[in-house]
Amino acid sequence: MTDSRTIVTRRPPSALGEFWHYFAMNKGAVVGLVVFVLLVIVALFAPWIAPYSPDQQFRDSLLTPPVWEAGGKAAFLLGTDPVGRDMLSRLIHGSRYSLFIGLVVVVLSLFSGIILGALAGYFRGWVDALIMRVMDIILAFPSLLLALVLVSILGPGLFNAMLAIAVVLQPHFARLTRAAVMAEKNREYVTSAKMAGAGHIRLILVTILPNCVGPLIVQATLSFSNAILEAAALGFLGLGAQPPTPEWGTMLATAREFILRAPWVVTFPGLAILITVLAINLVGDGLRDALDPKLKRS
Amino acid sequence: MLRYILQKLALIVPTVIGITIAAFAFIRLLPGDPILAMAGQHGITPERYEILKEQFGFNLPIWQQYFNYVGGVLHGDFGISVATKRPVMTEFLTLFPATVELATVAMILAIALGIPAGIFAAVKRGSWFDQVTMGVALTGYSMPIFWWGLLLIIFFSGYLGWTPVSGRIALNFFLKPITGFMTIDSLLYGNWPAFVSSLRYLILPSIALATIPLAVIARQTRSAMLEVLGEEYVRTARAKGLSPRRVVGLHAFRNALIPVVTTIGLQVGTLMAGAILTETIFSWPGIGKWMIDSISKRDYVVVQSGLLLIALIVMAVNLIVDVLYAVINPRIRVQ
Repeated sequence: MTDSRTIVTRRPPSALGEFWHYFAMNKGAVVGLVVFVLLVIVALFAPWIAPYSPDQQFRDSLLTPPVWEAGGKAAFLLGTDPVGRDMLSRLIHGSRYSLFIGLVVVVLSLFSGIILGALAGYFRGWVDALIMRVMDIILAFPSLLLALVLVSILGPGLFNAMLAIAVVLQPHFARLTRAAVMAEKNREYVTSAKMAGAGHIRLILVTILPNCVGPLIVQATLSFSNAILEAAALGFLGLGAQPPTPEWGTMLATAREFILRAPWVVTFPGLAILITVLAINLVGDGLRDALDPKLKRS
Repeated sequence: MLRYILQKLALIVPTVIGITIAAFAFIRLLPGDPILAMAGQHGITPERYEILKEQFGFNLPIWQQYFNYVGGVLHGDFGISVATKRPVMTEFLTLFPATVELATVAMILAIALGIPAGIFAAVKRGSWFDQVTMGVALTGYSMPIFWWGLLLIIFFSGYLGWTPVSGRIALNFFLKPITGFMTIDSLLYGNWPAFVSSLRYLILPSIALATIPLAVIARQTRSAMLEVLGEEYVRTARAKGLSPRRVVGLHAFRNALIPVVTTIGLQVGTLMAGAILTETIFSWPGIGKWMIDSISKRDYVVVQSGLLLIALIVMAVNLIVDVLYAVINPRIRVQ
């Protein structure tokens, strides 16, 4: 008689599978991811989801309260603002700005930070000294203050605000990349690639950088939420996106004088900012747990 | 110890020079003619233009302008505000205590609540207390504080009517500043109603300003405690029969304190940035509001000096924290 039992062999999980395993252990991170994906969908399809155009004014319905309060109208679920625009439609369109700001700022600061950090860590010497001293100077200023001053040089506006925030956030990426490159640079696999004739650019980009990705992803997530917060703060102070842009911070700025008369024009844009930033930070926490080998159990 | 302090000082010298260059460059980087930019829409008479040009020294070579600027700064001369025609330093010194008062109360709040919350969350890891505290902390960390301040006004001032909306003290009190701290001055004058009034005005802005540092401190304390609680010396302390209070309070917390102190030091920059928003919302007459007002008034001499002074203060505080860090952690000193 032959043994009919089969031996079940389990292949080791793929890198992605392992990552998801650790990420999914953090329930908050999964919730954050779901909310974030929903936000992305809302932003992508904003013109089809929003009941009205964000700029359409209903002159007979100025400052209508939300539907559940006395005087609310079913046509305006979250009420209208002081010039009669539908709050819900403006919030839905505002999600496009926030996610766009986060994305552009992260891409800008990630690229410049990686390039500068890699140059500093790889070449050391005066290149390193020069780059890192400049980064120290940027970090010496409170971020919002430096962003404010940069915007007052560049002129107020959404694009300049994004540029200023990217400059302010960029040193974090440069520092991370520099530290990682310095740690990896003298490892044997790098030396062997060098022996095989790889040039500087190949060594930096192809050999070393892929091994520094984990911390950079975590930092990118943090910067994404920071960028949204700071852009909203600049908008609130009148130096970011300009009215009538339905950017959430700018909406708050124009609504400020109505806080005691019509609290909803203040409550909802801020709530939108909070939910977005919180979702991204939850994802960031999960990513850190999943990507940081020190925290991995077993 | 002295050697350690001198080493730290030497390290920040290039950064301090860089900060002065950045502040100096600021006015010269403004688009167009800096004097016309400051004059704004109303324009300026040719005579006034020449006076200002002379005052800023724009007719000198650039390196000489820089050395004149730094020389002035070293003597405490930060220039004259274009809007008020008063020395920038005088204005700064009148407004700075208001910011320090607000930031100090906020920091006390953040530390007094954040550290115990973090310790309990770590000790009761995985409990509902831990989960709720960390949920609240992450929400606080994600909070747009300019909105949070407005919510506090809507609820406590508008709906409940408990606290005033904005300002530093009720208008019927006028105290000639002694220290510049409204709470301390009112006590020095023995004016009890003024003291109560100044406290009432402090409550909401300090809650708003404390929110982010509180969240950061609670999270950092928890993770530092978790790390320490797993150490062998903590197990030893438990095994030899010490009370849990003594194990956590003495053996674990003292070691967890080191990263927490660093975090607290790093929050000073956050407080200064937060002060810009908080002071604007609550019309708190400190340097944050001063900066915003000066930016909108195009008073770039003030913006330039404020930028420089705030960066220097943040650096000085960080230096003090570095020294404190060496005091509580002897290993740093020896290296």
